[in-house]
Amino acid sequence: MAELTLPANSKVRSGRTFKAKGGKRVREFHVYRHDPDAGKNPSLDVYEIDLDDCGPMVLDALIKIKNEVDATLTFRRSCREGICGSCAMNVDGTNTLACIKAIEDIDGPVRIYPLPHMPVVKDLVPDLTHFYAQYASVEPWMKTDSPAPDRERLQSVEDREKLDGLYECILCACCSTSCPSYWWNSDRYLGPAVLLQAYRWIADSRDEATGERLDALEDPFKLYRCHTIMNCTSTCPKNLNPGKAIAEIKKLIYLRGE
Amino acid sequence: MNYRSPLSRARGLGSAGAGVHHWHVQRLSALALVPLTLWFLFSIGTMDSFDYESFVAWMSRPWVCALLVLFFGAAYYHAALGIQVVVEDYVSDEFVRNAVIIVVKGLLLLMGVTTIVSVLATAL
Repeated sequence: MAELTLPANSKVRSGRTFKAKGGKRVREFHVYRHDPDAGKNPSLDVYEIDLDDCGPMVLDALIKIKNEVDATLTFRRSCREGICGSCAMNVDGTNTLACIKAIEDIDGPVRIYPLPHMPVVKDLVPDLTHFYAQYASVEPWMKTDSPAPDRERLQSVEDREKLDGLYECILCACCSTSCPSYWWNSDRYLGPAVLLQAYRWIADSRDEATGERLDALEDPFKLYRCHTIMNCTSTCPKNLNPGKAIAEIKKLIYLRGE
Repeated sequence: MNYRSPLSRARGLGSAGAGVHHWHVQRLSALALVPLTLWFLFSIGTMDSFDYESFVAWMSRPWVCALLVLFFGAAYYHAALGIQVVVEDYVSDEFVRNAVIIVVKGLLLLMGVTTIVSVLATAL
């Protein structure tokens, strides 16, 4: 059955509290901590941070905690400007990128968890191996049989516009890990991020493998587990619409059979 | 220990090459049920009396009989398609999943056929 509750060894217990040393604008950050090597249940550590002495974004606070309060806190980050997708995590109940989520936009304590329903490597770092393998399985590169041209492959302005809203995806996995269908069936369902990426190549006028791509997706589990719940679209930190991309794939598969 | 590569696991058994028909007829039956349900509720709601004779007289009209057969047919068909999706979503064990789907579809077929035969037997 789908797991609707956390297994016993994943139940989150309360953890340590790190008090702030004074400051006027002190905010609590409740951060999920888990070290599989320690053999203990996950815990929720509380860090008090003076916002007058901290950058504006959630990632700034996490970096401050790691640098100044608790060096054992583990998380991924790289570009700190919403283009690499590394710092995807669940902040205040919504999957987003910590680097572009303003602390000011959150009321009360800032609750930070790893992306939901994924195996946790440590603290806020989820294991994305299967997610990346699913991405590889849709063969996300241009496929052509025509001889390669001497120069670039031409594309009209109109055809190029069809890739807008698709090429911007940074594969942060916020959408896929917000999708209940992906929670229950990620072993077979490709999930919104990978399906949006698949559609990015289906929609590309220069690609010559559109039919094969649709063949590969026409499957009750790989594609049709999408029930237009639309968590993907509402959580996407880049404001993309994976739900629409999936609907376009379904439409094309239907239309080619008519 | 599972030594399959991540890509091998992601590809699984490949694409079934199916699913579009199920998706399409689920939506079509839903669309058909909108006017059929409205008609059904309206017809029942505007009946003069609810005794057996008035129902038999009502059902014996060819249009009513035909629409009733379509209504129940679409409803049971749509239910079977929908329950299959729910079971596929939440039951992960392959054997249990397939067994439940077969049993549920069999029961709905039995109920659907019984309903339609009852409508026809009463009307004709």
